[in-house]
Amino acid sequence: MYELVFDPELCLRCTSVDCIMRCQYISMDLDEAKREHDALVRGEKSSILSQCVTCYACEEYCPYRNHPFYHIVEQQEKLGVHPIPIPIEKSQVVMMGPRGKIQPKEVRRPVIDMCFFSIMKGGIRGKLFEGATTIEGSDIFCNLMFLHFARNSTIKERLPRMIENIMTNYLTPSGIRELICYHDECYGTYTSWAPAFGIEVPFTPVHLFDYLYHALLEVKTDIKPLNVKVAYQRPCSNRLCPETDHFVDDIFELIGAQRPRRTYEYSNALCCGGVPEAAQRFELSEELQRKNVEDMKASGAQFSVFNCPFCFWTLAGPVAKAGMIPVMMSDLCLMALGQ
Amino acid sequence: MFTNETLSRIREIVSSEYVTNEPEDLYIYSRDQGVQDPHMPDCVVMPSSTEEVQEILRLASREQIPVVPMGGGLVLSGLSVPLKGGIVLDMKRMNRILEINEKSHYAVVEGGTSQGMLDAYLKKNFPHLKHSLPDAPPAATIAGNIAIHGSGHLSQSQGGFHSEMVTGLEVVLSNGDVVKLGSCSTVPYWFSRAPLPDLVGLFLGWNGTTGVITKVGIKLYPRPKLHDVLVYMTEDIDLAPEVLTRVINTETAEDINYALSPKPDYLNGFQMMVINITANSEDEMALKKKIIRDVLKDLYETKESGFMPVPPNMKTGFLEAPQKALSKFADVRRGGGFEYVGAIMPIERIPDACRAGMEITARHGITYSLGARIIGKGHCAMFFFAYPFNRVDADEVEKVKMALEDTNEASLRLGGIPWKAEVQGQQLILKQMDPGTYSLMKRIREVLDPAGIMNPGNWEVS
Repeated sequence: MYELVFDPELCLRCTSVDCIMRCQYISMDLDEAKREHDALVRGEKSSILSQCVTCYACEEYCPYRNHPFYHIVEQQEKLGVHPIPIPIEKSQVVMMGPRGKIQPKEVRRPVIDMCFFSIMKGGIRGKLFEGATTIEGSDIFCNLMFLHFARNSTIKERLPRMIENIMTNYLTPSGIRELICYHDECYGTYTSWAPAFGIEVPFTPVHLFDYLYHALLEVKTDIKPLNVKVAYQRPCSNRLCPETDHFVDDIFELIGAQRPRRTYEYSNALCCGGVPEAAQRFELSEELQRKNVEDMKASGAQFSVFNCPFCFWTLAGPVAKAGMIPVMMSDLCLMALGQ
Repeated sequence: MFTNETLSRIREIVSSEYVTNEPEDLYIYSRDQGVQDPHMPDCVVMPSSTEEVQEILRLASREQIPVVPMGGGLVLSGLSVPLKGGIVLDMKRMNRILEINEKSHYAVVEGGTSQGMLDAYLKKNFPHLKHSLPDAPPAATIAGNIAIHGSGHLSQSQGGFHSEMVTGLEVVLSNGDVVKLGSCSTVPYWFSRAPLPDLVGLFLGWNGTTGVITKVGIKLYPRPKLHDVLVYMTEDIDLAPEVLTRVINTETAEDINYALSPKPDYLNGFQMMVINITANSEDEMALKKKIIRDVLKDLYETKESGFMPVPPNMKTGFLEAPQKALSKFADVRRGGGFEYVGAIMPIERIPDACRAGMEITARHGITYSLGARIIGKGHCAMFFFAYPFNRVDADEVEKVKMALEDTNEASLRLGGIPWKAEVQGQQLILKQMDPGTYSLMKRIREVLDPAGIMNPGNWEVS
């Protein structure tokens, strides 16, 4: 079985404990944080295991890139801490499990990996995606969502098969090595989680924002600046690939959108509230939703842009009720092209 | 005895285009979607007025011809199948909405008015009002549903079976006499059955064996602006009554349903409590949700059960009234066969009912969907054991038939009573019924239907 590349000594020597001190959901002074953190690192019980909202942010906060969040998930699973009720966890394992119905098909560049979400395929259209092939479904699903369920084991069990499915059925026969990841979750899987667990990724994952930016450059002359203020809701899985965050600014510049200053963005981004709701932390979920929406509204945003379908499902309603227009990033870009 | 002369007489009463004895028409009326054996009627009539119904019943009474009143024909247990031939009285032409009283919250409709028609009419003309919809196709009629003690999406919050929401009736007796029951018998208003002697019950639950309902007064309720749903999930069958009772006691839910089904596979083994909530403001909705969550807090904090996140695409289905999920399940085996035992039973027997349903279906090698709707403030539940089948598969039909018989027996053993039971189920009920009740039923039948022409074969008391 795949083992996490994690250096406990590095953590035990750490004096700043950024993973806990910068956490927006766990409130501890440095002494307590160090104590609980060290217990966690030693594989002992720690209150961090039950307090963690599984927002992935400590993966970004750790100055040593020592995978504190993946370690938390390992320990939650080992010690039987279930962030989300067990029947929901079990049901999701079955619901999202591979159906084994994948069939080889010829694919053409760009190949867009829609993850599990065929429902979002409507966004793959127009000039930015001309000739694109989409692939999606349970047999190529990254399964990274099981980080929220303390189930690294499910990802370990399924991911190699998913990667093999992608290669065998789509990329290899068509001689393609690049895969555009529609969702940060897939990109984070292939560029962060898989290497952390020693799983080889034989293709080159490309973040959707990276793809959109370069596709927009190609049709730059067709862009009609939107001249609107757009608040960006950064998803938890973007914490696994913070190097892609600059593309939001780059894209906005190209499409003539302003990114008004928000309190909760960049490394200070707040969870959308969806996962805490699943974890039965309803007051926290409502507080996070309220804070996000109020923050967007206070920034003067007219639009709210998402890249995560789950964030969209959680916040689209409240955003719309607050008088802003919720939109996925791919659609926002198409709007700038009049599409 | 039904003769050509009878047919001619009926054609004089009702325009001949609404009378048929063509074999292809009779075939349709000889059966429903369930497993009961077909029985051919002699003719089918679609009257358009109370007067026409009166004339037909006078004729039938004189000539000793069985009459079977029929609404949407969706009862599944053969209650509108003419067991002894005769006339099927298809009420669908009597579909006028006669009155909506906004202030006193009732509607008066003719006996063939469908659930869908009243719902659409209210949505268009009185969007602030609604009636309780059963989870039947919209073609189900209001009169047919109250006559079988149906229930629906307001049965939990508004106090019971649809028959309890009846404010008055107009009924044609077997001899052609018309009677008005409830306040409409004395004043022009159809507001309630009280304070008069309550005779409405003589026509509710009798499966059309005491008269033909030609008008119904039915309660209307406010239609709140907002509608949302919470879904509670557990693997522990024995936990369901506790969860349901706690939620009921909050008095904040509009409709509470329970479901257990092996399909889809990700729900196999999981009980779901579907809690519909309505409100007039965001604040009211938030408060109601909080109240419901709070009463289950000690349970979900153990992580052994909890509220399931419901994404928007899934939520749409849960918010439907009537619910389409069961209709979709009805055709899961293809071939258009579906029947269920709906047993009215105490809430605390839900776990044992589930076990019984799973045992029976495993023994007969068929699939199932089990579930319940809470009736009243936890006063009972309508527990359904639903079995789909492929009509062209004779072996499967026979298995389902046997399973339904076993389920009727199991329901009674569990302290429940099969709802809208087919003839065999009715006989099981009568067998264990108090002899005094049984005797009274017989005497009532003799008074109201001395010729024994009203839906004979049903509630047959010897």
